[in-house]
Amino acid sequence: MSRPEHLAPPEIFYNENEAKKYTQNTRIMEIQEQMTARALELLLLSDDIPSLILDIGCGSGLSGSVLEENGHQWVGIDISTAMLDVAQDREVEGDLLLADMGQGCPFRAGAFDGAISISALQWLCNADKSHHKPVKRLYKFFSTLYACLSRSARAVLQFYPENGEQMELVTAQAMKAGFYGGIVVDYPNSTKAKKFFLVLMTGGNVPLPKGLDSERSSEGIDYSRRGKIKPQRGQSLKSVKSWIQDKKERRRKQGKNVRPDSKYTGRKRSGRF
Amino acid sequence: MKLLTHNMLTSKCIRGVNVGYPLSINASDVRVADVDFNPDFISRMIPKIDWPVLYNAVERLGHVEDLPKETPVNYESNEDFLKKAHHALLEVEIIHGELVCPESGRKFPINNGIPNMLLNEDEI
Ligand SMILES: C[S@@+](CC[C@H](N)C(=O)[O-])C[C@H]1O[C@@H](n2cnc3c(N)ncnc32)[C@H](O)[C@@H]1O
Repeated sequence: MSRPEHLAPPEIFYNENEAKKYTQNTRIMEIQEQMTARALELLLLSDDIPSLILDIGCGSGLSGSVLEENGHQWVGIDISTAMLDVAQDREVEGDLLLADMGQGCPFRAGAFDGAISISALQWLCNADKSHHKPVKRLYKFFSTLYACLSRSARAVLQFYPENGEQMELVTAQAMKAGFYGGIVVDYPNSTKAKKFFLVLMTGGNVPLPKGLDSERSSEGIDYSRRGKIKPQRGQSLKSVKSWIQDKKERRRKQGKNVRPDSKYTGRKRSGRF
Repeated sequence: MKLLTHNMLTSKCIRGVNVGYPLSINASDVRVADVDFNPDFISRMIPKIDWPVLYNAVERLGHVEDLPKETPVNYESNEDFLKKAHHALLEVEIIHGELVCPESGRKFPINNGIPNMLLNEDEI
C-alpha cells in the first residue's frame, strides 16, 4: 500500500476532495477525534484550567474540535489551504494560520500551554522539494516548537512512522532540540489499532507514560488509515463522549481532580458537519 | 485572525530576522464575533499577553473602546476588565489585510481570516 506522503506534497495531496473526507467520512472523523482525545490525555494538562494549545497540521479542525469540547482555546497551523478552508466553513473556534511546520513555528517564546499534532508529522520525513532536507526541517520544527511552549509544557504528536529508522530520525531531532521524552505505543500487539505518540517534555526527564495495552484493542478501533477505508464490520466504535467519560474515570481513579460530567461532555456539535 | 494569535505571532522564521515582533497590521476588513466568555481562560492568558502590543493592535483596528492601557492589579477578580480583555483578544477578528514584519518589511497577506505565513525558498 502506498503512503500518501509518497504520492504528492501535502499542499497538493490535501486538495478539496481529500479535505471533504475530513468532514463527511464519519469513520475518519471518529478515528481522528479518538486519537486527539488520547493525545490530550498524554498532555497532562490540568483538567480544570482552560489552556491555549497549538495544533500542528490542524487540517479541517477535527483534532481542534476535541480541544474545544474540553474547554481549550487553540491555534492551528496547516500547509493546505483546502483543509483550512474546510475548517473555516465548519466555524471552528480555533484560529488558523497557513504555514509549513518545516519552516518553523512562528510564535514568540512561551506562547502555548501545550501542543498536539495528529497524523501530520510523518509528512516532514519526506523531501517534497529539491531544497528540502528532512533532518534540517525536523530540527527547525522541533527547536521552534520547544521555544514557543511555556515552561514544563508538553507536546504530543501522533504520527505514522514508516519504519524504525524514521522513528529514530524524528526522536533524535526532537532530543537535539532540547526535549525529553520518546515514543509511546498504544496497542503494540494489534496491527490495526497500534499507534505511535511522540511525547515531548520540556520540564526535565520524567518517565514516559505507558501505552494502552492490546487487551482493549478488541474494542475494534482500526487506526490503519492506509488504503481504502473499509466499511465497519459490526464493531461499535466508542463515541467521543464515552471516550471522554472513560478518560475521566481513569483520572478519577488516579486521584486527579476531574470536572464532573455535564450535558456538554463530549457533545456532538450539531449542524456543523 | 484573532488578536490573541497576533499577540503570539512573529516573523522570526525568516532568515536574518531576529525578533520579528510585533507584526504591524494593515486591515481592510475587520469583524467582531460573538465568543463565549470564559473568565478562567482570560485570567490565565493575561500574564502571557504583551499588553502594549494588544492595546496598539485594537487601537489600530478602531476597536479600543474602553480597554485600559495597562492591566489592573487583581485582574483575576475584575470581571469588567476580563470582559474587555476577552473582547479584544477573542472577538475582534481581522478577515482581510496584511501583516508586516517589523525588521524586513516582508508582508504576509490575510485572506478569509487566515494569515499566509508560508516563506519562499530564499527566505529560509
Ligand atoms: C491526516 S491530516 C490530519 C488533520 C487533523 N490533525 C485531523 O486530525 O483531522 C494531516 C494534515 O497535516 C498537514 N500537513 C502536512 N505537512 C505539513 C507541514 N509541513 N506543515 C503544516 N501542515 C502539514 C496536511 O495539510 C493535513 O491537513
